[in-house]
Formats: sequence, C-alpha cells, structure tokens
Amino acid sequence: MSAPLLSFRGVGYRYPGASAPALQDVDLDIHPGEFCLLAGLSGHGKSTLLRAACGLVPHFHGGTFAGAVTLAGLDTREHGPAHLGEFAGVLFQDPETQLVTSTVRAELALGLESRGHGAAAVARGVEEVALALGIDGLLDRSTHELSGGEQQRVALGAALAGRPPLVLLDEPTSQLDPVAGDELVGLLRRLNQEWEIAVVISEHRLERVLSAADRVIALERGRVACDGDPAAFLGWATDAAPPLQTPAARLFALAGVEGAPVGVRQARAALRSAGLLGEFGSRHEQPRAARHAGKRSRPRLARRSTRGAALRMRGVWHELRDGPAVLRGVDLLVEPGETLALMGRNGAGKSTLLRHAAGLLAPTRGRIETGGRVALLLQNPGDYFVHERVIEEAPLDALERVGLAWAAERNPRDLSGGERQRLALAIVTAGDPPPVLALDEPTRGMDRAAKAELAAELRARAHAGAAVIVATHDPEFAAACADRAVLLADGRVIADGSAAELLAGGWYFATETARILGGEAGALLPEQGADLLAGRRPGTHDAVITGART
Amino acid sequence: MRSTSLFYRRLASPLHAARASVGVAWVLSITTAAVLLYHPLVLVPVFAAVLVAGAGAGVGRTLLRALRFAAIVWVPIVLVNVVVSRDGLTVFARLGDLGPFGQGNLTVEAVVYGAVIALKVMLVVLVTTLASLAVDPDETLRLVRRVSFRSALTASLATRLIPVLAADAQRLAEAQRTRPGGARGGTRGRVALVRAVVAGSLDRAADVAATLEVRGFASASRPPRRRPPLSRHDLAFAVSAVAVLALAILARVSGAARFDAYPEIHAAFGLGTFAIAAALFAAIVLPFADRRGIEP
Repeated sequence: MSAPLLSFRGVGYRYPGASAPALQDVDLDIHPGEFCLLAGLSGHGKSTLLRAACGLVPHFHGGTFAGAVTLAGLDTREHGPAHLGEFAGVLFQDPETQLVTSTVRAELALGLESRGHGAAAVARGVEEVALALGIDGLLDRSTHELSGGEQQRVALGAALAGRPPLVLLDEPTSQLDPVAGDELVGLLRRLNQEWEIAVVISEHRLERVLSAADRVIALERGRVACDGDPAAFLGWATDAAPPLQTPAARLFALAGVEGAPVGVRQARAALRSAGLLGEFGSRHEQPRAARHAGKRSRPRLARRSTRGAALRMRGVWHELRDGPAVLRGVDLLVEPGETLALMGRNGAGKSTLLRHAAGLLAPTRGRIETGGRVALLLQNPGDYFVHERVIEEAPLDALERVGLAWAAERNPRDLSGGERQRLALAIVTAGDPPPVLALDEPTRGMDRAAKAELAAELRARAHAGAAVIVATHDPEFAAACADRAVLLADGRVIADGSAAELLAGGWYFATETARILGGEAGALLPEQGADLLAGRRPGTHDAVITGART
Repeated sequence: MRSTSLFYRRLASPLHAARASVGVAWVLSITTAAVLLYHPLVLVPVFAAVLVAGAGAGVGRTLLRALRFAAIVWVPIVLVNVVVSRDGLTVFARLGDLGPFGQGNLTVEAVVYGAVIALKVMLVVLVTTLASLAVDPDETLRLVRRVSFRSALTASLATRLIPVLAADAQRLAEAQRTRPGGARGGTRGRVALVRAVVAGSLDRAADVAATLEVRGFASASRPPRRRPPLSRHDLAFAVSAVAVLALAILARVSGAARFDAYPEIHAAFGLGTFAIAAALFAAIVLPFADRRGIEP
C-alpha cells in the first residue's frame, strides 16, 4: 500500500475552555484515492478531526493539542493551514461563509493567486476546475445570487482549484435539498474515481454517501470507535450504535436478514436471493401507490371538515412584483390533530406557504383562515436567540414542556443543535398551546437521534390536538412524524395524500425502506418494512403477503 | 435583465463589460466634473446623463432608489446654507438680530448656492452608486491588491459580508415576528436584535476567517498582472472618461460654465455653455449605444 497521505498518531485535542476533550487517542491513516466517510453523532469530534487534518486545529482554534498529524509528510504543528491548503481542500457546512469574493471567477482564482501562481496558471486553473465541476456556466455570476447547491459547488471548486490530492468535507450537504446533495455526492465520487482525489467527508445522512465510500470511520466521544469498510461499519452500528444505522441496515436487522446492505441495490439483491422480494422486486406494485398518491387532493378540499379547520387556504396566490408567482392557487385544509409533511424541491413554495399560514406574508389573491395562532418555527433556530440566558428567551413552563428547564441559566448559543431546536420550539409555542404548529426544515444538520426526538415531540403535540405542518426535504423524518404528505411543485399542490401513499411511490420523495421494498403496502419505516418481510418468511401464511400487498 | 439589488451583479451592459480599471476611471472623471462645475445648466444634463447611463447599465431603478435616499440631504444642505450664509444681497426674509450669529437675513443667492451644492452632492452619490452596481468590485480590489494585498482583501471581505449580514438581520427580524405577541418593540427590543446581529456577525467573520486560512491567505503574495486585450467597451469608456474630464476642465478654464452665486447670481448663458452641456451629456451616454459583446 502507498504511503499515507494523511496520518493521525495519538492525537488528542481540547478546545480552549472546554471541559471535555474533542479528540482522544486518534490513530488513523488515509491513503491516496480513498473515499472515507466520517460517522458519529453531533458533538462527537467529526468536525474537529477534519479541522485537525487541515491545520485549523490547533493553529486557528488554539486549545491543547497532543500527538501528531501529518499531511503529505508535513507536520501540522509546524505548518499552518495556508501551507497545508496546497495539499488539502476544505469544504465546510455553510456555503455562504465560504464565498469571500463577489464573482465565481474571482472566487476560484483567489486561492491560486494567494499562493503566487502566475496569470496564465490562474486562468487555466479556474477554467479546469470550472469544467471539472460543471460550473463553467456560473463563472461570471455574482456569488450572492447563486442557489445553495451552486454556492456549495463553487466553494468546492475554490477548494480544489489548486488540485490538492485530498479534500475534506464537513457535512457539505446539510444545507442542501436532496437533489443538490446527491449532485454534490455524485461529483465527489467522480473526482475520486477519475482523478484519485482522496475524500474524507462527515455526514449525518449516511445512506446518502455510504455506497460511494471505501471506508467508514465512526467517532464516539472523540475516539475512533469503528474503522472499516461500509459493511463492517453497519455490522458494528447494529450492535453498538443503533442511531448510526442506515434505514436499510435497520430494516435488515429488524427483519432478521443477514448482512446489512450498503445501499438500495444491494438490499434488493439480498432480499431477492432470500426469496423475500419478487424477481423484478415489487416494482409492479409501485405504480399503484404512485397512482393513488394525490388522488385525495380534491375530495379532501371539497368535503367539509368534521373537526373544524385548523388551517384553510383557498386559492392562495403569492405573486412577486416584477417576478414570478411563488404560490399558484393553493387550496389546503389541515385539521386539528393532523400531522402534515410539506415536501418539494427548493423553490417549490414550501417556506412561502408556511409564512402565509403564519401571517408573515399576505396573499396577493385568495383567502386564509386559521383556527387561532399559527406558531411558525423558521429554519435556523439561532435566529430566535437574542438574549444571554435561556430563561430570558422563553418562560419556564415552555422550557419544561420541551425538557430544557435544566438549561434555564445557560447561554442559548452553548446548546447543542437538537437543544437549540427545542428551545426555538419553546419560544414560538410559549403561552397557550397554538392550534397550528408549522416548522420550516427543522432537521437541517441534525443527527438521527435528534430527529427521532423531534418527531416524537411533534407526534405528541398532534396527539394533544395541534395541527402540525412540517416543510421538509427529509423523507425519513416525514415518514416518522407525518400521517399526511403534500407535494408542492412550482407553487402548486401536485399531490396530497397519506404519507404511506405519497412517500412510497417516488424516487426522491421516498424513504429508503420504500425504495427497497418498491413501495409495497405503504411500508415507509424499517419497522413497517420488517413486519412486511416477517410475513414472507417460509412457513408464514400466504394470506399475510396478499393482505400486505393490497 | 434589470437589477434592484444594491450590490454588484454581472449584467449585460456595456459598463459591466468594460474592465474595472476603465470603469473606475470613467466614474472618477464624472465625479471630477461634478466637483469642478457649478453651473446648473451644465450640472443638470450631467445628472440626467448619469441616470440615462444607469438605465443603460440595467440598474436605473436601483439608481432612482438611491436617489430617493440621497434626496434626504438636499433639504438640510439648502437650509443650512441659507441660515449660515451672509454673502447674498437679495434678501427675501429678515429674522432680526440673532445675537452671536449676527443679522438673520435670508437671501435668494444662499438658496440657489445651497441648491447647487446639494445637486453636486447628489450627483456624486449617484455616480458612486452606479460604480458600486456596475463596476466589478473584485476586479477593482484586485487592482489595489497589487499595492496592498491584505488591505484590499479585507475590504473585499467587508463588501461581501454586507449582503450576508443584511440577510441575517432580515431573518432575525422575521424570527422575532413569529414569537407569541410578535417582536418586542421599543429600544430594548431593537438593542437585543442589534446585539444578536453583531454576535452573529462575529460567528460569520470567524467562519470566513477559517475559509481564508485554508485558502492560503496567510501566505498571500501579490497577485499576477493580467493583460487582457482591450475590448470595444474598454476603449469607448476610456475615450468617454478623457472627454468628460477634458470638457470639464475646458468649461472651467474658458469660463463657458462660469457660475457665481455671490454677491449676486451671475451665470454664463452663451452658446458655449449649451455646447459644453450637450457635449458632456453625449460623452457620458454614448458608450452605452454600442451593445455588441455585452453578454455577461
């Protein structure tokens, strides 16, 4: 095997003023051309490890550092991030703060110019990286008018302009919709395969990257808890860290099928060979689900609600001055106790619809009626925090409701991602329980455990009588918390039905379990899929299968 | 395409297509003309020409917005000049003895001179706004980077952070509106909001600083000199800049645009005055007539 490109030897690190170390006894080697996935719950050291690899730890962050990290033979204690940047491109979570100039061309050129490349080399480097990443059409665009996905690709281009042999990515898809996220992962796979660029990427939605990875490194409390190929990692996660299991692995574990699958294709092949899936999968069943998804749209609107409407929209339009229509005649009825997932690609109108529901925007045409206050939780919980203490942000009873009473005297910005989300929820739902609770992309950057907690919280609120509307790109989360789904496209409702129907019948807007099982019987979650598969075990009565398929 | 953003966007216009050094020179020449000239008959056509140029650059609506803000200074400038100026002879109101400030005689000349100064200020605001909208700031700062890399990059970052922080502030304000009972008004509410934006800006700045570190900022050297061929728009705006500067100097030296407000108003109204005004208008506007090769 070739010499390691990146090497950690006995690395320990503690941030300034932190009580616990962020990294402990980390030993690992990354070789040229490897595609490594960093797994772990929030706060367990993934970002710190990436920052140590590029020299930001300790040079930029300070703190106490032990052991040695070498990148391309250079000891990071002796060489700063500027020098190490020639060998490692870095991409962080937030694309907005990674673009430091006004145009894409200048952004791609900046790193090369900083390192003293000549004019011809800069021009060629910009052209090459733009073509390689498919952003040549953006070169003369302003950086602030790019979409999130475009910004992230430009930031990746800026990181790769000097053709470093290694690229480090810290949850690069957390701010992107699934389409843009998948495009970025596809791009990384191509860079890795065609140019042998080593990739180290941290990601919460492991199923998105796992099939591309050669190796998975799992961190627990700053230590390497597992280091192996994806199959070995999934085996370890099943036993030792269930929150890190992918839905496919959980499905297999619950169904008692051997060998956790790395992706949908492998899962289907394994089920087929075990006789649990038909020769052509169950795709012949899928159109049925797809056909039915959306059929309830008109009947739901036409009928009168038996429970009264928590929210009713009639022909709501939102037309921008000198711009397009963002909402186009939306009709929507949400009843008390209902949990609705609002899905669709970026720009489909989800956030605008929620802002209308909460009264932040007024429709240019149409009417909106609500059964009372609509509590709206916007995308970034940090936007709610304007005080130094948690108790100043929300009353104690609201904090108790979300399990944050213990943090009353803490600074809101010191809370973890999941806790911040819960605090924001406490802020918008303080006082009398709102009859409608709307959440805009609440799971961005959340790990699976935090998502599960939030889904449980939303189900509890719906059970107590609130109508809950969640705009989300995450089908797994939608399936976990919603009983109804609405798909928006170009400001129109194009499908409206039960979550089981809608999330079982698509490619993007489908859970991994549904994609594995072809949408059969509306099984969306691993638990439901496992029940379905259990009915197909040899010796099980045929009627169970028949019943499940109808 | 038309822009209403207050920040640079690459649009299809001759000014956007010209290189930054030429764009800056063109803007500086108009600014110099605004400083040198006082005759309203010359200033008004220059003012109109800049508005036409803004429309030609696709940012006319944004310029008008900027003009609305700039108009706020017009009234105070005239008022202050009327109150403090003692040089005019044509009194239209007597305020009597103002103690240490002397006789409070308000004159027509002071009103006119104040209006001319306000017009010059607004013209400078208009031209610099046009520059910020249509001249590539990265290219401009790149010129400065050859002299002082870090200062220019810091300025570039500040420019970049303004729209980011503006968006942050808008999001924070919107989030406060979704609190039960709405956003807290009054001084305390605003102070809390400003504090949150500032705290957020520090986080933003730290993130940007980390990005710069890994892009090699610490080892930054002078950027290489580029020598791209002169485009037709480079030439047109360069000729325009020289023409505007020459006309302004000519008007000043020849007396064709002579204007004295004190003690009484005296202004040249000869053929030369009109010729200078028309020539300035044409010199500013003509580069926008050629729209070949302007695609962004």
